[in-house]
Amino acid sequence: MKTWLARQRYLVDFTLAAALRRKGRNAMLLGVYALMIFILASVIFFGSALRREAAAALQGAPEVTVQNLVMGRHALAPPQWLDKLRHMRGARHVQGRLWGYFYDKATGANYTVMTPPADKPDYALKPGETIIGASIKRLRDGRNLGWLMLLSPSGKLFKLKIKRTLPETSELMSADLVLMARADFLRFFSLPEGAGFTDISMQVRNRNEVAKIVEKISRLLPTARVITRADILRTYENVFSWREGIVLAMLSAALVAFAIFAFDKASGLSAGERREIGILKALGWETSDILAMKFWEGALISLAAFIIGVAGAYAHVFFFDAGVLAPVLKGWSVLYPRIHLTPSVDRLQLVTLAFITIIPFTAATLVPIWKAAITDPDVVMR
Amino acid sequence: MRKSTLVLALLATGLGALALEAGHGLVRAGRDGPAISRMAKMSADLGLTDIALFSEARFVRHLSQADLFSPFQDAPMSFEHFPTGSLASPPRRFGPTGGFASTIGKEGGS
Amino acid sequence: MIELNEVTKIYNEGQPNEVVALRDVSLTIPEGRVTVFKGPSGSGKTTLLTLVGCLARPTSGRIRLDGRIISALPEHFMAAVRRETFGFVFQRFNLIRGLSVIENVMIPAYPLGPDYRGLRARAGALLERFQLAHKARMKTEVLSGGESQRVAIARALINDPQWIIADEPTANLDSRLAGQFLDEVRQLKQAGKSIIITSHDERIFNADVVDVVVDMEDGRIATVEER
Repeated sequence: MKTWLARQRYLVDFTLAAALRRKGRNAMLLGVYALMIFILASVIFFGSALRREAAAALQGAPEVTVQNLVMGRHALAPPQWLDKLRHMRGARHVQGRLWGYFYDKATGANYTVMTPPADKPDYALKPGETIIGASIKRLRDGRNLGWLMLLSPSGKLFKLKIKRTLPETSELMSADLVLMARADFLRFFSLPEGAGFTDISMQVRNRNEVAKIVEKISRLLPTARVITRADILRTYENVFSWREGIVLAMLSAALVAFAIFAFDKASGLSAGERREIGILKALGWETSDILAMKFWEGALISLAAFIIGVAGAYAHVFFFDAGVLAPVLKGWSVLYPRIHLTPSVDRLQLVTLAFITIIPFTAATLVPIWKAAITDPDVVMR
Repeated sequence: MRKSTLVLALLATGLGALALEAGHGLVRAGRDGPAISRMAKMSADLGLTDIALFSEARFVRHLSQADLFSPFQDAPMSFEHFPTGSLASPPRRFGPTGGFASTIGKEGGS
Repeated sequence: MIELNEVTKIYNEGQPNEVVALRDVSLTIPEGRVTVFKGPSGSGKTTLLTLVGCLARPTSGRIRLDGRIISALPEHFMAAVRRETFGFVFQRFNLIRGLSVIENVMIPAYPLGPDYRGLRARAGALLERFQLAHKARMKTEVLSGGESQRVAIARALINDPQWIIADEPTANLDSRLAGQFLDEVRQLKQAGKSIIITSHDERIFNADVVDVVVDMEDGRIATVEER
């Protein structure tokens, strides 16, 4: 065992010395390889942390949301729906909700305007007051401190006193929220009293009966669309299941790159390299030594790239708040939550990443050598 | 110095950095627990259904609430908002009354 | 002692470009002596050397090293014999480019996994002996022909083999360096090593250090001259 280790260390020495002969090429290879892993690992870290946080936050989402659809598009739910649903057996906390979107010309950002539920004292608002998300506060910093000035869609100026700002730690859910009292909301969007609700949310007494309730609602209100919490969670599970989307696309590109690299190596085994293998064999190296030496070349490069890439990705996502990925996700939204993600690592994905990078690369360095390694060493004499 | 010693030491340093990061992750996860609970409480209180990561269009702001036709809603040419729209496609099957296929079947019958 | 018994070597057997390099060669090579295989190119002397040095297997016939058959060993054992019994000095030296002189000298010992300091000390001592200690850390490309050959000899000696095999060692050397090479051969012989050299250089096979001259012609042994 000791000899075996010593032998492997010598082979590592040799492969390093040989790799140093083409410093530039190998450094570039390592750099590109590490960069690829960095990007993939960043996406994995970001995705899994976000998915976990979203899942935790959405556990409290309404069990059932009922929307009205008119001509296939979302419309206000009539007020009488509220009564119909309240009389349904098994339904609890049936509430008509008012929320909508508002494009603020002053800042160029889209806000989500909401009325808080009446039964939550933490969010109780008198007319003329507002609670805003932390991102909005940041966006408007320095202007109208303490007051939120909004020009309503119908052209009326609204001046709301900022009662407080939602905590920065919950920006992921509340970045663009503007909470206002029901009366303000109706005036702001020029809605008549009794216009109805944006949607209706409810809890279900027995969780196992959600499917039954959904069925009942769609019989009771045929034009309604019913969204369950499971639907919501599934939506986010899909959205952040990067494996199925972007990552897969990137991985396939990466694998193609590997294939090209392997092909290049296979076809590019020069006469000089063949001769070198012959020399080593003539000097008493066995086929297995040659293969082990080449194995170390591939393994060390890919291991180094993996460590650099993963360590860098972790720092990038959790120390620097994914500064490189964020612009991609931001798109052209003006409001973007400042999120400090809590580290959560999907070990399975990380192991998968290790497998699909280290193994193909190592194989790609080994395979072309195979044939050269089993040839007789007497080529060096010819 | 022997080359293998140098490189193995560098790799060990890298692994050490990874271990430190893993430790950091555990510490942070513990420390951020209360903040996440507070966020969950707030979401439950306000009945929030979606995360506020993208705000440039309705169908990416409220992914789970969007119309089936939402990609076209903001402007006639607004098929897609790149890149967020490509991350957040409208769901194909959405609850018992939703989804393209099931809607056509049910609406056609009534 | 190495004994060859009706050894034949055919390259590309059964193909249109088949070449019979050696035919029914029987020969005994004594230990502790300097043996020279001489003959024009194509006479089979290099092929004979590759068979003796376990670099290739004969097509038929047997080769014995100290009574043990080495011509039919599996690859793994052939490599071990090569590494422990033979030291090679190739015609074009075959140093590994881009590696330092001392690394080149150490290479044959790598598969044995010896203690690093001990190995480095041994390599250093060999380079000292061949007046190359000051170039130990340089790349092999900067060496002159004579220096390259001395590095190649140092490399051949790193595992302290009983047999030293040299293929056309003086083909690229001038008279002074050829003389230097013969001095080194003499020293090795005095140290009890057995040496086999192929050459068509009369500076070699006429040298007084040589004990046996095997004259090859057309894949066969023409004469064996013992001095």
